Amino acid sequence: MWAMLTSLFIGMLFGAGLTVSQMINPAKVVSFLDFTGNWDPTLGVVMIGALGATIPGIMIAARRQTPLLGGTFQIPSRQDIDARLLGGATLFGIGWGLSGFCPGPAIAALSSGVWPVFVFVAAMIAGMLLFRLVPRT
Amino acid sequence: MGTGQVVVGDKRMEHFTPVSALLGGAMIGLAASALLLLNGRIAGISGILGGSLEGSKDDLLWRIFFLTGLVVGPWLVTAVRGRFPEIVMQAPLFILVVGGVLVGFGTRLGKGCTSGHGVCGVARASPRSIVATVVFFLAAAITVFITHHVLGA
Repeated sequence: MWAMLTSLFIGMLFGAGLTVSQMINPAKVVSFLDFTGNWDPTLGVVMIGALGATIPGIMIAARRQTPLLGGTFQIPSRQDIDARLLGGATLFGIGWGLSGFCPGPAIAALSSGVWPVFVFVAAMIAGMLLFRLVPRT
Repeated sequence: MGTGQVVVGDKRMEHFTPVSALLGGAMIGLAASALLLLNGRIAGISGILGGSLEGSKDDLLWRIFFLTGLVVGPWLVTAVRGRFPEIVMQAPLFILVVGGVLVGFGTRLGKGCTSGHGVCGVARASPRSIVATVVFFLAAAITVFITHHVLGA
């Protein structure tokens, strides 16, 4: 039960962070990706802030056997670089560059109630469902 | 709530905002740390959304709570600041659709997005995440170069 409550509040904090950092705004994201245009380094600073606050959490987690609310740490253990990783990252990058939205900001931007955001999120969910048709290896 | 600042069109915002970027980034990182330490989970949004579509009953509930929080977060900031954040979508609707499908499919194929690979994976120095992050940033930058400077959109 506690895990539901913490998930809700942590989601709120994540969404608030995306809002404060303006990553919820696709134009702001695209202006970071536009290196040859009027470049805006903001997204880079967001990444530095995010990494700076994530690394201590990972260091503390590494010293613990179990999460504070019980259960087990579910952390990916794969080390191999395969074609799916490279192909997936490339397709995601193209979609990100076209739209200015990655999954977190897109979902957070639903809060605006603006319908093109809903169209984007619906397309994103369609893409995720499409992936389920791809055979697992 | 005033949504007067929400613009669908080609307006651009070019101002570097390092202080709010650092603060907002730290909030994102704090959330990632908290989800790991409390719930034992990686705060990868594509994984949380994609996983909730795949119907594993045990994890469905916390994922829905997290995603709900993600939508509520901007309203909390709006309540404090008194105005809704600016959301400017420069891409026409059919490009948003194409982009959405690519983001959804690509993040599932590559097992992560900006949060899962870019923040959580890079923070734990995962080679897969570092490679994925370099690749999707490059692909995105090349895409923006082509759409903004080659095609002049």
